[in-house]
Amino acid sequence: MADAPQPLLRLAGVGKQFGGVVALNAIELEVAAGEIVSVIGPNGAGKTTLFNVVTGAYTPDAGTIELAGRRIDGVKPHRIVAMGMARTFQNIRLFRSLSVSEHLQIALGAARRRGESAASGRARAAELLDLLGLADVADRPAAELPYGRQRRVEIGRALATDPKLLLLDEPVAGMSREESTAIADLLLVLRKRGLAVLLIEHDMSFVMNLCDRITVLDFGSVIATGTPAEVQNNPRVLEAYLGAEATDA
Amino acid sequence: MSSYVQALLADVGVGLLGGLSVYVILSVGQLSLGNAAFMAIGAYVASMLTVWKGWPLDAALLAGAAASGLTGLIIGFPALRLRGIYLAMATLGFGEMTRSFFLNLEATGGAGGFHGMQKVSLASIWLWTVGLLVIVMLLERSRLWLEFRAVRDDETAAEMAGLDTTRLKLTAFTLSAAIGGVAGGLFAHHQLFIEPGNFAFERSVDLVLIAIVGGSEVAIGALAGSVILNLLPEALRFAANWRLAAFGALLVLILLVRRQGLLDRKLLDPVFRLFKRHG
Repeated sequence: MADAPQPLLRLAGVGKQFGGVVALNAIELEVAAGEIVSVIGPNGAGKTTLFNVVTGAYTPDAGTIELAGRRIDGVKPHRIVAMGMARTFQNIRLFRSLSVSEHLQIALGAARRRGESAASGRARAAELLDLLGLADVADRPAAELPYGRQRRVEIGRALATDPKLLLLDEPVAGMSREESTAIADLLLVLRKRGLAVLLIEHDMSFVMNLCDRITVLDFGSVIATGTPAEVQNNPRVLEAYLGAEATDA
Repeated sequence: MSSYVQALLADVGVGLLGGLSVYVILSVGQLSLGNAAFMAIGAYVASMLTVWKGWPLDAALLAGAAASGLTGLIIGFPALRLRGIYLAMATLGFGEMTRSFFLNLEATGGAGGFHGMQKVSLASIWLWTVGLLVIVMLLERSRLWLEFRAVRDDETAAEMAGLDTTRLKLTAFTLSAAIGGVAGGLFAHHQLFIEPGNFAFERSVDLVLIAIVGGSEVAIGALAGSVILNLLPEALRFAANWRLAAFGALLVLILLVRRQGLLDRKLLDPVFRLFKRHG
């Protein structure tokens, strides 16, 4: 890896315990700029805990996390956002009393603290509304929108912070095929602009078609990492998903 | 104006400010059951300054607000690590602690109370009240308040949208304490005699009721709440011994019919639009 460019996100030996339960164990993970990486694994494998550790909601017990070469473990979440990371949640978390455009306005503050002018922020918000297909509902309360568009508001709020790295926790859960294809297209557009994406998703066709690399978690440990094709044929992955007998047969 | 009406109007003004102070904390989604303590600090500090030092009232009120706001800032740091009912319990404890502090402080008369203040005019009370209400209503239309609402709706999501939620809650707590301090200072110079019992738990509950019954989504709700809490018991005098029971029943009824309180954003929207057109 000596000649490779510095990764945007680097986790080295990250561990997290809750009481006696090891939720994450010696996690190694890297995401480069403009790369789409997925974390998959059976329920309870530690995927959401991993997100919570990376975003600063939890402080890891071991290891280091770096964003663009700067340590972020132990840093408060809003500071990490200001350094260029944003996320969405597994269960959509919108502001009940705020309109769609107010959601973006809130998040623009993070970029403004990084020196973005108010005018450029406004222009970016308008562009995001277009990109996400939300311009027609900009002044509606976000909580009144249908599920699929609420997801888009959440992604829009994350993008409004102007991140280098976007973390998506099950972005297409509960979506129709058309809706999830539209999200995949959106992520490809964003990748072209240099955004890196780290996502958790159970929809395997979505993951396999979209991602550059996949990291597989089981019982809090990385059991495989590689391209979709490599991971699909990895015996340890099949065992984790289907059980030992399936691979013996 | 009869002195009875004057006294009632003074109570409505002081109650409005007290309710407003609770409203500011509610705006970041937290409940305080100890705001009477902020009134106590404002009342004692302002009274000591006017009685002992001969300060003009307005300056003394500002000093009381500053002392109370500073206290809010200091206790806010540890207290705001708690949320919801746990913060409510902590503020309740803070309220009782403050009351017993003044109970034991002999310099200000302890349980015997403190007096010697000059009467504040009704006009002065309402100048402060309307002034602070207008300031909060202007703040309501600012970016700061948008961030307050985001914190109230979902603190975790607000933090992940890049907001410093701790700083925002602390700002609200400090502002709340300062407004409560002014309410206390006015109260003291209206009553002319204060004792720690004036600032007991029941007072804190009254302030919460004013904010919630009047409308916990809009600052102007504190006006409606204070009018109801101060005038309704008077209007119910015909019920004699049943007065407080009838009062309680009516409060329950109001909240059953309008959970968000009497005034809310939807109700006020036409009014705001009117202002916008003419503004």
